Amino acid sequence: MRRRATVAIALLVIVLAATVGVVSSSASTERTTATTMTVWVGWSARELNEFKKVVAEYDAKNANVDIKVLGGINDDKIIAALRSGNAPDVVSSFTSSNVGIYCSSGGWIDLSPYLKKDNISTSIFPAATMYYTQYKGTRCALPLLADVYGFYYNKTLLRKAGLTRPPKTFAELTAYAKKLTTRKGDGTLDVVGFNPVFGFYQNGIGGYQPLVGAKYFDAAGKSSISSDPAWKTLLNWQKGLIDFYGYDKLVKWQTGAGDEFSASHAFERGKLAMMLDGEWRVAFIAAEHPELKYGTAPMPVAKKSQYGAGYINGTIIGIPKAGKNRDEAWKLVKYLTTNDHALARFSNGIRNVPSTRSSTKSKELKPDPNFATFGKLFVNPKSSTIPITVIGADHLQTFQNFIAKWQAGKVKDLQAGLAEVDKQIDAKLRQAGGAGNDVP
Amino acid sequence: MTSTVTGAALAAVPAVDRRRARRRAGWRRRLTVLAFLSPWLAGFGVFFGYPLLMTGYLSFFHYDLLNPPRWVGLANYRYLFGQDAQIWPAVENTLIFIALSVPLQVLFAFGIAVLLTRAKAGVGVFRTIFYLPALVPPVAATLGFVYLLNPATGPVNTILSWLGVEGPLWFNDPAWSKPSLVMLSLWGIGNTMIIFLAAVLDVPRHLYESAELDGAGAWRRLRYVTLPTISPVILFAVVLGVIQGLQYFTQAFVAASVAAGQASQGGAVSTLELGYPEGSTLFYPVLLYYHGFRFFNMGYASAMAVLLLVVAFAVTTLIIRGTRRRVHYGTTA
Repeated sequence: MRRRATVAIALLVIVLAATVGVVSSSASTERTTATTMTVWVGWSARELNEFKKVVAEYDAKNANVDIKVLGGINDDKIIAALRSGNAPDVVSSFTSSNVGIYCSSGGWIDLSPYLKKDNISTSIFPAATMYYTQYKGTRCALPLLADVYGFYYNKTLLRKAGLTRPPKTFAELTAYAKKLTTRKGDGTLDVVGFNPVFGFYQNGIGGYQPLVGAKYFDAAGKSSISSDPAWKTLLNWQKGLIDFYGYDKLVKWQTGAGDEFSASHAFERGKLAMMLDGEWRVAFIAAEHPELKYGTAPMPVAKKSQYGAGYINGTIIGIPKAGKNRDEAWKLVKYLTTNDHALARFSNGIRNVPSTRSSTKSKELKPDPNFATFGKLFVNPKSSTIPITVIGADHLQTFQNFIAKWQAGKVKDLQAGLAEVDKQIDAKLRQAGGAGNDVP
Repeated sequence: MTSTVTGAALAAVPAVDRRRARRRAGWRRRLTVLAFLSPWLAGFGVFFGYPLLMTGYLSFFHYDLLNPPRWVGLANYRYLFGQDAQIWPAVENTLIFIALSVPLQVLFAFGIAVLLTRAKAGVGVFRTIFYLPALVPPVAATLGFVYLLNPATGPVNTILSWLGVEGPLWFNDPAWSKPSLVMLSLWGIGNTMIIFLAAVLDVPRHLYESAELDGAGAWRRLRYVTLPTISPVILFAVVLGVIQGLQYFTQAFVAASVAAGQASQGGAVSTLELGYPEGSTLFYPVLLYYHGFRFFNMGYASAMAVLLLVVAFAVTTLIIRGTRRRVHYGTTA
């Protein structure tokens, strides 16, 4: 009996030891076999830290992966990595206009099979973001937060001028701008109501296109800038307001307007009463000039039917072909781009617009009426983005080159100038062996 | 007969051996030379020869850096010479810049060098002061100039306003942007100045003494002694200036971006025209860079690079041939 008991105890000890051994060995195996993944992003400094916090949360929940985040990456580095075959597992880019090259080359893999496998419908994302994350039907990227453009106005300056609400049309914007502009004794500009010069801060073609509902290309894929009267409406309005200030005076004022991404920004200092800008300005103002009394609204428009529309663009994220852990990479991409908690947390951190429809209504989002404006603009069906073409953003650059001369008063015949722009863009498309296509 | 043939054959054997031995020795010498040259040859081949050949090769393809190159024949060259509306403004800007900057750089560098040879005291200090700007990185120097010449807040226009003069818009005005860049290039003239200084100091004293004895004044000594003697250095400075002008990029690119005060809008799409303001700083290399690395049109950028190489070679040849009679390489023993 005693002997049996001894044997039983010995057996029990052996079984327990074996079990503990197995458990500990499996645990240690899990630790040692955790997949190391590398993620490349463009963010740096404070924004990079916020991204790392979101990734760390995922990392903590997934013991089988160990994620390393590298910030400050630009598209030159991404392309060099894709060419060398030594790419990270997950990569993101600020330059959505390069999605064409990433998708068409297969440098970033097609995500459609993964979306299908996990039953994720692309309708969870607004249409504009769906457009700039694919090229010719190949969806090689997903949106990771979005930039949305809206209207900022200085409440104090408007109130002083007896203006009680933001303008809604171009005509109102012009009248407001004239009323809010002040000059110094020598005639130079002191406070500018609204600066419509393209190239100033965020003033670009993309930001104004949704306000007039203009088309970049016709159905045949040819540039339609000269044939769409909406562009002429925009440019004539813009020039009219520039002439009110005097182009040279406005340029001189601009050179002292302060750096765009610093506390010396003209709007933040009260030297610019109204402006077009992205949603991120909310965070900049909170950090740099919390005393500023300002409001946000949709940009004034040429046609009332367009009111509420804005320009959308943003960061894209994908999986490089040369990445080694595609399945794990997809799980992370899925989490970052479709999980409402992750999107809301990251949005709170860097104050970009969360990029799914549901996350724009997340209760986790820090309430801020100025920021909420951009969530509404984001889901507006008339909000739009820029066309992705085989020549990247060269078509916009060509148009911008013309506008620079137009706004300086160097163009006598607008129609002929726009026709020349069309000709140049079509020649560039032909040279690259492609055609243009408008945003659906 | 037999004995003669045998004798000749016997005599021929060592001759053949000697030839072989000489050939072997010759090969050994060549291999030794090649072995010593090999680090340079490898570097030249990898960093110059191969890129040069690939540039020529890719100029016949459409190549976006990721997709395989697609053969397009002469299409890139046809577009370059016939359809690209930005090429000729870029060429014009480049030529204007060269025409303004090269003569001024040569004059300025030569003038400072001559002044430094005349200084009685503090030569070392002045030499250092004039050379120092050449050590400043081009990006930092450009940022400094954009700050100094800021029309609204820069010290230059502030001082001009105290004098009752309304300063120009400098880098923000298409009429003033190139002169501003020329001023920047003159500020950093130290390297050329040092070469001129060495050349002027190297002019034999006895030539000046002979000229003085013949009654030559300062201007005639400069005209008939100094300039002919240092003419190879002047030619060198001109050729170098022209080649650098053809490759002018960093300062123009940085000045345009910074003076405009804006980088990009959402989607990293630039809201600026090329060569702000109004295309006035769109130099040929800047356009080449945009095509190659912003629009990923590397095949076309390669065609542009080939043209740049041909033009640089042709211009250099023309300058050297055209000045053959004016440049004196003779020794003055």
